[in-house]
Amino acid sequence: MSILINKNTKVIVQGLTGRTGTFHTEQALAYHGSQMVAGIHPKKGGTTWTAENGSEAGRDLPIFATVAEARDATGADASVVYVPPAGAAGAIIEAIDAEVPLIICITEGVPVRDMVEVKARLRDSGSRLVGPNCPGLLTPEECKIGIMPGNIFQKGSVGVVSRSGTLTYEAVYQTTAAGLGQTTAVGIGGDPVKGTEFIDVLDLFLDDDDTKSIIMIGEIGGSAEEEASEWLIEQAAKGRKKPMAGFIAGLTAPPGRTMGHAGAVISGGKGGAEDKIKEMEKAGIVVSKSPAKLGEALLAAIG
Amino acid sequence: MNIHEYQAKKLLQSFGASVSAGVPVLSPGDIDAAVDTLPGPVYVVKSQIHAGGRGKGTFKEAGPDAKGGVRVCFSADEAKENAREMLGKTLVTKQTGPAGKQVNRLYIEDGADIDRELYLSILVDRETSLFSFVASTEGGMDIETVAHDTPEKIHTIGIDALTGITGADVDKLNAAFELTGQAATDGKTLFPILYKAFVDSDMSLLEVNPLVVLKDGSLRVLDAKVSFDGNAMFRQPEIAELRDKTEEDEKEIEASNYDLAYIALDGDIGCMVNGAGLAMATMDIIKLYGATPANFLDVGGGATTEKVTAAFKIITSDPNVKGILVNIFGGIMRCDVIAEGVVAAIKEVGLDVPLVVRLEGTKVQEGKAIINNSGLNVIAADDLDDAAQKVVKAVKG
Repeated sequence: MSILINKNTKVIVQGLTGRTGTFHTEQALAYHGSQMVAGIHPKKGGTTWTAENGSEAGRDLPIFATVAEARDATGADASVVYVPPAGAAGAIIEAIDAEVPLIICITEGVPVRDMVEVKARLRDSGSRLVGPNCPGLLTPEECKIGIMPGNIFQKGSVGVVSRSGTLTYEAVYQTTAAGLGQTTAVGIGGDPVKGTEFIDVLDLFLDDDDTKSIIMIGEIGGSAEEEASEWLIEQAAKGRKKPMAGFIAGLTAPPGRTMGHAGAVISGGKGGAEDKIKEMEKAGIVVSKSPAKLGEALLAAIG
Repeated sequence: MNIHEYQAKKLLQSFGASVSAGVPVLSPGDIDAAVDTLPGPVYVVKSQIHAGGRGKGTFKEAGPDAKGGVRVCFSADEAKENAREMLGKTLVTKQTGPAGKQVNRLYIEDGADIDRELYLSILVDRETSLFSFVASTEGGMDIETVAHDTPEKIHTIGIDALTGITGADVDKLNAAFELTGQAATDGKTLFPILYKAFVDSDMSLLEVNPLVVLKDGSLRVLDAKVSFDGNAMFRQPEIAELRDKTEEDEKEIEASNYDLAYIALDGDIGCMVNGAGLAMATMDIIKLYGATPANFLDVGGGATTEKVTAAFKIITSDPNVKGILVNIFGGIMRCDVIAEGVVAAIKEVGLDVPLVVRLEGTKVQEGKAIINNSGLNVIAADDLDDAAQKVVKAVKG
C-alpha cells in the first residue's frame, strides 16, 4: 500500500509543453511506467506532445485546451502544475473547478495573495492540493509525480513527509541505505500558505498498514510542526501511534531573514527551531541533531 | 522587500489613508526648505532606516547623552539643528546589530496632537491561511511584549479573501480599538483602505504602530512599516522601484542578480548548497561540529555553470571565509554542472582556503571525475557528516 498515489493514478500535466514540464514528464514516464495521460495548453488543444529524451522517448501524450476536457477524456484523478508563478494559481483554480481530486503544484514563487485565494476556493471543494513550491510525491516502483530523483527510492515501510525538497532526498537516501525503504514520500513545500500540512499527511500514514514508521522533516517558520506534535499526542492517546524520527532545519538561522523558502522565517519571536524540536520530542519523535543521521534516528525510534 | 516609512506613508496616502504632512530629506542642503514647508510649531525628525527601535537607538558619532533616532522638536530652528546632527550618522538600534546603519534619509513630519495610541497590523496568518488584522489598544509599544504579557489585549480578525473586508469586520475592529464617535466613523473608511492597500500592493506585512486618535477625535496613521511579497514584485513594477539598495548587503545584491538565495552571516565557513532546507541543515551541521557558517547559499534546482561560478565568487569575496563546503544532493541539479562551475570559478579567482566537496545524486560519478581530474586541491567527502567534519577540521586544525 501507499498513500495518495499508486500504480493506478492517472496524471494530467498543466504546463507540459514548457521546458520544466517536458523534462519532468519524460522522467516520470521512465519511472516504472507512471501513468502520465495528458497535457494542458489553452491554445494547443488537439495537438500532441512527444517525449524526446529518456527511456520513453517517442511516447505521445494528447494535449487538451482545458483540464475539464482532459479529465473527461482520460479519467485522470490527479494533476501536476508546472505553470510559471504568474499563472500557477489560475491553473490550480482550473483544476479545482474541474473537480480533480489531487492537485500537485511544483512551481516556486507563487505570490501569497494568490495562494490565500486558492485556499479559500479549496475550502468547499473536493480537491486536495499539495504544494506549491514542493518536489511532489513518489510511491516507489509505482508512481512519480514531480521532481524527486527516482533512483534513490526503494519500496519499503517508511513514510516520509517534508517541507524541504533536498532534505526529503536525504531522508529517502538514508532510509534506503538503512534497508527500510519507503511507502510514499510527500513534499508539502516551503511556502507559508500551502495546500497540505503535516497533519493531513501524518493522518494518512497512520492509517496506511504498510507504513510502519514515519520521518517528518520541518524547518523554521510558522507553527505547523508544533500543531502536528500536539495532534500526534492526541492520536497516541487514542492508540494511533507509529515510531517517528524527525529533523528541523534552521537551528542556526538568524531571526527576521527569509532562508530561501518563502515560509522559512523566524518572525516576531515565533517559528524558531528550538521550540519545534521541544514539541516534537514531547510527541515521542526522535529528533536528530544531524541531518546526516535521519536513518539512524529512525532505527533508534523503531527500537 | 522592505521600504522606508516615508515611502509607506506616501503609498497609503495614495489609497486615501490619513497621514501627517511630511517631507523626505536625502541631502543636508534640503533640510531648511523641508522644515520651512511644514506649518509647525511641532516637528518630528525621523531617521529612515530598514530597522525598528529607532526612537530608542543611539548615534555612534554622538555622545551617550545625545537623543535617539526619532526626535520631537518645538521650533523650526531646533528641527533643522537636529536634522543636521542626524543625517549621515550611524544609528545603532536593537535591530541593527552593533555595527548600526548609516542614516542616508530623514523624514521630517508635522507634529500630531495625540489623545490615544493604538496598534494595527495586517499580515498573512499562516495558521488560518487568511489575511488578518491584528488590533490592540496598546499602541506605541513593542507588540511582542504586549502579546507575551497581556495576550487578552490582542485581537485577531481574519478576512475572507473571497468577500473582502465586510461591515461586520469593521465593527469588530472598532470594538477591538474601543473607538467611538468621529474615530469610529473614520475607522469605517480607514480599515477598508488599509486592506485594499495591502491586497492591491501585494504586501506581506503592514504595521501601523501607532495608529492614533487625535485630540480632535479623528484617526491617523502615525507610523507605517511595510514589507512586500518578493514573489509578487513581477506584477508591481512601481513598488519594485522603491527598493533602497543602500540598505542591503552588497554580496546579497550581487547574489540576487543571479537569482541565488544568499544571506551573509558572521562565521568563517562558506557554504554552497542546493535546496533551502539542505542549505539550512548544512549550516546547522557545521555548528554541530563546533564552527560557524559564513553564509546561507541556495543555488536552486536549475543552476547553470555560470550561476555556480557566480555563487563561488560571492563566497570567496567574503574576507572572513577560512574554508568552503560545497554540499550537493543532485535531484534535478546535476553534479557535473556543479563540478564544472566550481572548477571554472577556481580557475578564474583562485583558491586560498581549503575546499571540501560532497556530491550525491544525479551524475555523481561524472561530477567527481571533473573535480578529481581538475588538478585542484579539493578534499572529497563521502556524505554530509563526513563533509562537515572535514571542513571544520581543515579550518580549525
